[in-house]
Amino acid sequence: MSENLTASSPSAGSMQAGLPAPVAGRRRNGVIERTLAELSHAMEHSLFSEDIARKPGLLQSLDPRVKLLSMLALLIAVGLSRSLLVIAGLYVITLVLAWRSAIPVGFFIKRVWLFLPFFTGVIALPALFLTPGPALLQLPLDLVVTRTGLMTALFLLLRVSTSVSMAALLTFTTPWIDVLKALGVLRMPEAVILIFGMTYRYIYLLLNTANDMFLSRKSRVVGRTTGADQRRMMGASAGVLLGKSMRLSSEVYLAMQSRGFRGHARMPGTASFSIRARDWVAVIVVAIVTVGAIWLGQ
Amino acid sequence: MLNSPSYMHVPDGMLSPLTSLIMFLLVLPFWYKGARGLSKRVNARNVPLIALMAAFSFIVMMFNVPLPGGTSGHAVAGALVAIILGPGVATIAISIALVIQAIFFGDGGILQIGANCFNMAVVLPYVAYGIYSLISANSSVTSVRRVIGAALGGWVGLTVAALVTAVEFGLQPLLWHAADGTPLYAPYPLNVAIPAMVIPHLLVASVIEGLVGAAVVLYLQRANPAILQLFTKQTVATGTVAPGRLRLLWIGLLALIVATPLGLLAPGTAWGEWSADELSRMGLGIVPQGMSTMQGLWGAPLADYGIPALGNTSLGYVLSAVAGVGLIVVVSWLLSRLLAGMTRSQKPAVPALQESEQK
Repeated sequence: MSENLTASSPSAGSMQAGLPAPVAGRRRNGVIERTLAELSHAMEHSLFSEDIARKPGLLQSLDPRVKLLSMLALLIAVGLSRSLLVIAGLYVITLVLAWRSAIPVGFFIKRVWLFLPFFTGVIALPALFLTPGPALLQLPLDLVVTRTGLMTALFLLLRVSTSVSMAALLTFTTPWIDVLKALGVLRMPEAVILIFGMTYRYIYLLLNTANDMFLSRKSRVVGRTTGADQRRMMGASAGVLLGKSMRLSSEVYLAMQSRGFRGHARMPGTASFSIRARDWVAVIVVAIVTVGAIWLGQ
Repeated sequence: MLNSPSYMHVPDGMLSPLTSLIMFLLVLPFWYKGARGLSKRVNARNVPLIALMAAFSFIVMMFNVPLPGGTSGHAVAGALVAIILGPGVATIAISIALVIQAIFFGDGGILQIGANCFNMAVVLPYVAYGIYSLISANSSVTSVRRVIGAALGGWVGLTVAALVTAVEFGLQPLLWHAADGTPLYAPYPLNVAIPAMVIPHLLVASVIEGLVGAAVVLYLQRANPAILQLFTKQTVATGTVAPGRLRLLWIGLLALIVATPLGLLAPGTAWGEWSADELSRMGLGIVPQGMSTMQGLWGAPLADYGIPALGNTSLGYVLSAVAGVGLIVVVSWLLSRLLAGMTRSQKPAVPALQESEQK
């Protein structure tokens, strides 16, 4: 999968959740450990971003609706711009915003660039050699870096990293419930937002359930398991989790019904949001930057 | 996620904004159809059910599954969710999981939500479910055909999804480049993008997708067969596949047949399907001796998929596709008769438990 902000170093993730650090390398029974590590990364990620979202900072003080629309506008600007310099400028802006919003800048850069190679890097690197164009650099083994290839690779890397950074700015500086409420600006139906909210909540419940399942399995397994055993085990775990989710959904439905749910949801409204002077300033600045980036980038 | 060999989550910057918009418009009817189907079948229950199934899809994508040979990776689990919920509802559940991944976890681009949903929440579940219901039609809940169907469905489904993703990538350099020819988004043309995406999926990621589906179906057959019948009751009760679903499958197949001449647009020959003189033209000095002696042994009835009398390559391609599909249909029908005979003698169908319905 692609750049993933959840995946920090495996040991950091599992230590946070109080789990033994997964064993590195391809050990035969490393599958449980790796799954455990990933489950705990996801939990750690949300705890961490909720933490930053509650600190005082520049982006934290803006209305979530303004932030959401600004992010979309800037993402489109990054997508449409045809100049490396302009995209690089937009990337620098995300760094400044991170710095002013209590996000550790080193961490912010590392999160984005460390996981870029897994998708974009794999695509960008061969482009250096495969794109036809004037030769720029002669490497051993008859490899020639072309000028066009270098430009192509830079376009990809910069565009992807700037986009990932912008999306990360929103989630790092906004509590998730506010992001959900802000989705209402996009004319998303309330029932859909309700389902998103419930999904987000149940992801954490099921994360915990899956974590417990794998931890208990791990503690009962002594010695080595074969690949076939592990596949059977993963299949059974997924099956058990599916059964649990189904049962839970029926129970939740009954609970909702007994509390008066008749198919209509009333989300906690956007009443707590207020557009203040600083939000208007933000809207104007973003509009200028977006139009400027698209215009300069042609 | 870290060691996944599946390159399915397209990040922002890989596709042009116009492509993203078109992909978004392509998904809309499927979202509408999925939502309609939901309100018809599950009524007010749908809110918690969809939420939990979306959460389930999200979690299962993190499961690390080992492959024979030491590698391991993640499943998208789209095939599995489609088998349990039907493709329409699966589209909604997987889309919600993908949107949450994009917004809250930075996995997949936000502007690419349309493209990612189309690839993983539409193509994958519909193809996987089509194959699953074709192979497992008329079978009892515990039939081995369901396991085979789940495995093949996942394998083919994710491979087709990878192919669709590759086409999205491959169209970028054709459509968008700077004045000097520098590609602005994904840089590789179709003849590079398609093998680069499809071959690794065929060998690794899609295998995992199939394995996960099969392993879960196998487990559910033993431990919780009611779940396998939740949304396909009419299939089991009447003993036939709902005609609407089958029709959809045929329409898809027809579209694929009509699209076969697209293959002619790609320069070069199919990877790994070279003839002896093509190999020597490609610069391979020595052609394996077995190849040159065995080559004439097997004359294909429609060599190079062309029908000489027609003189029209595209038409010949389409007719060859029709003939090929017909052949496959006949063989699968014979195979399924055979398998049905085998399983019928084993066990009677487990009566549908109403347990999870009542709770």
